[in-house]
Amino acid sequence: MNKTLAVAGVVIKELYRRKDFYVLFILTIMICLVMGSMNVFNDREIIRYVKEICLLLIWVSSLIIAITTTARQIPAEKEQRTLLPLLAKPLSRTQLVVGKFLGCWIVCGLALICFYTFFGFLAASREHQWHLLNYLQAAFLHWMALGVVIAFALLGSLVFAAPSSNATICFSIVAAILCIGRYLDKFALSLPEPIRSIVYSIYFAMPHVEIPFDMRKLIIHDWPIIDWRYVWLLGLYLLAYIAFFLVGACLIFRRKALN
Amino acid sequence: MNTSRTLWLLFIALFVLCFGLGAVVQPRFQQIENDNGQSDNFFILLFGDSSRLFANAAFIKADAYYHSGYYPTIFDNNQAFKTPHMAEDTGAVASHNSGEETAFMGKPRNWIDAFARHFIPNRHTHLNEGGPTDDLSTSSEVREILPWLDLATEMNPQDIRTYLVISFWLRTSLNQASEAEHVLRGGLRSNPGNPQLLFELGRIYFDNYHDTAQARKIWEAGVLSWENEKPGVPWSDRLKYNNATFDDRFVFEQLEVHLAQLEGSLGNTEAAIVHLQRAKLASPKPDDIQKMIDELKYKRL
Repeated sequence: MNKTLAVAGVVIKELYRRKDFYVLFILTIMICLVMGSMNVFNDREIIRYVKEICLLLIWVSSLIIAITTTARQIPAEKEQRTLLPLLAKPLSRTQLVVGKFLGCWIVCGLALICFYTFFGFLAASREHQWHLLNYLQAAFLHWMALGVVIAFALLGSLVFAAPSSNATICFSIVAAILCIGRYLDKFALSLPEPIRSIVYSIYFAMPHVEIPFDMRKLIIHDWPIIDWRYVWLLGLYLLAYIAFFLVGACLIFRRKALN
Repeated sequence: MNTSRTLWLLFIALFVLCFGLGAVVQPRFQQIENDNGQSDNFFILLFGDSSRLFANAAFIKADAYYHSGYYPTIFDNNQAFKTPHMAEDTGAVASHNSGEETAFMGKPRNWIDAFARHFIPNRHTHLNEGGPTDDLSTSSEVREILPWLDLATEMNPQDIRTYLVISFWLRTSLNQASEAEHVLRGGLRSNPGNPQLLFELGRIYFDNYHDTAQARKIWEAGVLSWENEKPGVPWSDRLKYNNATFDDRFVFEQLEVHLAQLEGSLGNTEAAIVHLQRAKLASPKPDDIQKMIDELKYKRL
């Protein structure tokens, strides 16, 4: 476990030196402040449109950080020729993959803390109240969804040749799930066989990361807090997919030739 | 040396030619733009006619906010949402809704769908009725629909219903009559003499400012504008009872009924009866109007 955490620590140190997060965070703040400063019929309490824009930017930024960061982890080690010296140490390939995953996941968690803190202050500036538990639920499920994306991108980085192609494929798949994932079964019913069965199977097999994404509406429109049982259940569901993709990545990496 | 001087002279001559051409062409270009009715509206310049599509999307978005996010997508049954409820509740537009508005999602299709419904808005509410909290004291939350409606008017200044919806909610739930007036005057600049906008503006003067003289002037201008709106189309066709003539009938009836109320409140019974008789021609319930006429005649006696 210590070795895994050490690898994760290196990933975290490497990532806080990069400018990706700072650029995206400042951009989010700037856009939200500009949108929030708009005068709509001299009413200073209108906030939900700003909350919607802010949450969308948080999701986009976090996905960019998660996918671009993860996609380059193992290919960069190969390119810089540090992978073999790393594995020459008493560190298994599984520990390396899990360490890389953990590092990226923690980095995304830290980024989400910053983003959601800003979001909380932005919302409170107009609403004059804190919906802390709602934000906590949203941030937790967002982090779990990012875990699935990171594990998937890590698996992709071992399958696809270049980080760019891996990142593009990951972005496309995640965007498709977020946009039509919830309705894929309905869409399947309008298709002829055998495509219908294939699409229908994909609906049940794919990780439904759109569920935490759609939860934004509850936050934007100040719906009451979700029953914690469902939150934990969704957390477990997403955790299962994280484990699935990580095991897949470990299995591929164990058999992969490194030279 | 000579070549260099020639080049410089040529450069200056070309610059003068370009500047001169620009000065000649620009006013003509401006004239063509004005003749084509092109405005300096940023969205219209950017998107052209497609800005109407975006305006409609913004209008629908406002209705989604009115329902606190509980809204059908293109994959859901939207029969109960054909006419946005925020516009329907103003009473200013014809409703084309059918079916059950509380159950557009239907029964859960599978366990994933059933589970996912815990994480999305899953109850039909309206912001003016308290939204998800059902707290009627928070009915002013309806203000949240305004940014999208504002965007819709920017993108399609010719869409009358957007001005009507903004004005209705500003003057009723938000008690901002002066802002509502400002919006309607903006609408009238883009749609000069529109009877629906004039009717709504008159209501602000009558209900909020209690300025009956100004309200009468505006409503009478509205009736005049209504009469001149479609030259060549006989009144009987415009007031025929069907869905296509809803806007025509509705605005005419409302103008005449409100003018009758105004005259009645000032004690001008004769004028009130005349307006009600005109309103009867457009009303889907002429018997109710006749009762009002009878009551006025009885009072006069």
